[in-house]
Amino acid sequence: MPTANLSSHTVRLDELMQKIAKHKGCSSSGKTGCGSKAGSGDLPPEIWEKVKNHPCYSEEAHHHYARMHVAVAPACNMQCNYCNRKYDCANESRPGVVSERLTPEQAVKKVLAVASAIPQMTVLGIAGPGDPLANPDKTFKTFELVAKAAPDIKLCLSTNGLALPDYVDTIQKFNIDHVTITINMIDPEVGAEIYPWIFYRHKRYRGKEASKILSERQLEGLEMLTERGILCKVNSVMIPGINDQHLVEVNRAVKARGAFLHNIMPLISAPEHGTVFGLRGQRGPTAQELKALQDKCEGEMNMMRHCRQCRADAVGLLGEDRSQEFTLEKLRTQEVKYDLATRRAYQELVEQERKAKAQAKQQELQALAGTRSELKILVAVATKGGGRINEHFGHAKEFQIYEVSATGAKFIGHRRVDLYCQGGFGEEDALSTILQALGDCHAVLVAKIGGCPKAELKAAGIDPVDQYAGQFIEQSAIAYFKEYLAKVERGEIEHRARGDAQIRQGGLLAGVA
Amino acid sequence: MPYKIVADNCTGCSACEPECPNKAIYETPDGLFAIDPNKCTECIGFYDEPQCVAVCPIEDTCVIDTRYPRYQAV
Ligand code: SF4
Ligand code: SF4
Repeated sequence: MPTANLSSHTVRLDELMQKIAKHKGCSSSGKTGCGSKAGSGDLPPEIWEKVKNHPCYSEEAHHHYARMHVAVAPACNMQCNYCNRKYDCANESRPGVVSERLTPEQAVKKVLAVASAIPQMTVLGIAGPGDPLANPDKTFKTFELVAKAAPDIKLCLSTNGLALPDYVDTIQKFNIDHVTITINMIDPEVGAEIYPWIFYRHKRYRGKEASKILSERQLEGLEMLTERGILCKVNSVMIPGINDQHLVEVNRAVKARGAFLHNIMPLISAPEHGTVFGLRGQRGPTAQELKALQDKCEGEMNMMRHCRQCRADAVGLLGEDRSQEFTLEKLRTQEVKYDLATRRAYQELVEQERKAKAQAKQQELQALAGTRSELKILVAVATKGGGRINEHFGHAKEFQIYEVSATGAKFIGHRRVDLYCQGGFGEEDALSTILQALGDCHAVLVAKIGGCPKAELKAAGIDPVDQYAGQFIEQSAIAYFKEYLAKVERGEIEHRARGDAQIRQGGLLAGVA
Repeated sequence: MPYKIVADNCTGCSACEPECPNKAIYETPDGLFAIDPNKCTECIGFYDEPQCVAVCPIEDTCVIDTRYPRYQAV
C-alpha cells in the first residue's frame, strides 16, 4: 500500500494537471500527451470526473485503483475467429474465458467480499464469458443487486455491440456510465474474415451479411450511448493482414460517434487455444507494429495503452490476478461485511499519493525544459503499483514501458513475462524471454536486481538501473533520461536504436469482450 | 423429430435456453443443457430455423433426435 508523501507546498490536483497538459503542448500539437495519460488533460470536467478512478479508462488511475469482473454471462450471440467457446480451463487465461460461472446472487457476494478485502476495488465490470447483453436478465440483475449493496462501486459493461441498441435505455436506467464495445471493423468485407456468423432476430447470418448487420448495430449503439452522456470506450483487436490498416478508419468512425477512448490490443492466437486464427497460423502483431498503429491513431483520439488484456474474472489492480482468493468454495464459508469506512479512508490516502506523484513529475519536467533533443528511448519499469519503482527484477511478472523524450515520459504499454517462467523452464530461459520482451528498451528501472541478470542485461544492451528504488516512475524515468542525454553529449555513450520486442502469447487477456 | 443436445459437445453456455419458443430446453444437474422431446416442435410454427441450432456456438451439438418421429403440426 502506498503511503502519503507530500512535500511542504501543496498544489491543487486540477491546477497541476492543467500545467502538465500545457507543458506537454496539448493545445498546440494535439498529438501526444492529451487526455487520460496526463491526468485530466483536455478532457471536459464531467468526463474526467467519470474516468479519474477508473482503472480501465485512466492510465493515471490504473496505478492505484482496481476493477473486477464477475462471470455471470455465459451465452453469446455470435462467433469470432479469435475465440474458442469450448475453452474453459483455469490454467489458461484468454479473452472471455473464465472457469467459474456465477449466479447474480453469488456474484454479489463475491463483489462484497473482494471490495471489503481490497479497498482500491472501485469498478465492477460484466464482460462475459459470453456477451453480457446476450444474457440481459443475469447481467442487469447483478448490477441491480450490487448497486443496492455497494452504492459506491461504479458499474461497467463490455459488449460486442450486436444487441446494444436494444438495451441502451436499460443501461441508462441502471446508472451504468462506462460501456466498452469491441469494434474490429466497419467494413463487412473485413468483418467476414473475423466473424463467421451472428445470431440476430431469430436467424443465423453468415459472411458479409452478418458483418454488415453487426457493424450497423455497433455504431448505432455507440451513438445512442454517447448521445445520452454514457462514457464509451472502443476495443479493437489488431489482426495483421486482416484489419491492421483498416483500424485507422475504425478509429475515425468511432471518434466521430463520440467514443472517448480507443484501445487497440494485439491478437493473441496460440494454436493450442484452438481458435480459428490460432489453428490457421494467423500471427499477432509485434510490439513495434502495435505501437506504430497506436501512434498513427493517437492524433485522432485518446489511445489506451495500459490495457493488460487481463482475464475476464481478474481481481485486484489490473493484471494482478487475485481471483483464487475469492473462489465460490471460499465464499460459501465466509461471512461478508461491507466495510465502506475503510474503503473511504484508503481512497483518501490514494488521492494524496496521486497528488504527490503528479507534483514530482512536474518538478522533473521543469528541469528538462529547454532541452532540445530529438532522442527518444524506451525504459521498462518493475512496479507493484502505486506509480512507484518498487518491484525486484526477479519478481516482476510484467514490466511497464515508458517512452521518454525531451517532452516527458509517456506510458506506452505492459510486457508480461511471467508465463515464460512456468512449465519447467530454467532461470536462464526465463531471462532470455525477458530480454526478448524488452528488446526495444534501453534501460530497465527496478527496486533491486541480482548481479547475474544485471550482467546479462548489460550484455544485451539494456541498462539495469536500481538507483531510483522506491521512487515515482515518471519522475525517475525523466531523471534517467536527463542523465542519458548528458552522457551522450559528453560522448560517454553512443545512442543506438534498439530492435523490436515480442508480445507474449497466451495468458492474461480480458478486454476483448 | 425433435432436436436433442449432444452432451459431449455442450459447453453449458445457456445460449439456447431462452431462445426456445416452447421452453423445451432445461439445465441438467451437471450444468449442461438438454431438450425435452415432448416439448420440442423443431421450431415449426415459430421460426424458419431451429433456434437452438442457430444460436449454439458448437457445430453438431443441437441435432435431430432420430429416435422420435417427425413433429406433426396440429
Ligand atoms: S447453446 Fe449449445 S453449447 Fe450452449 S448450452 Fe445450448 S447446447 Fe450447450
Ligand atoms: S428446435 Fe426449437 S423447439 Fe426444439 S428445442 Fe430447439 S429451439 Fe426448442
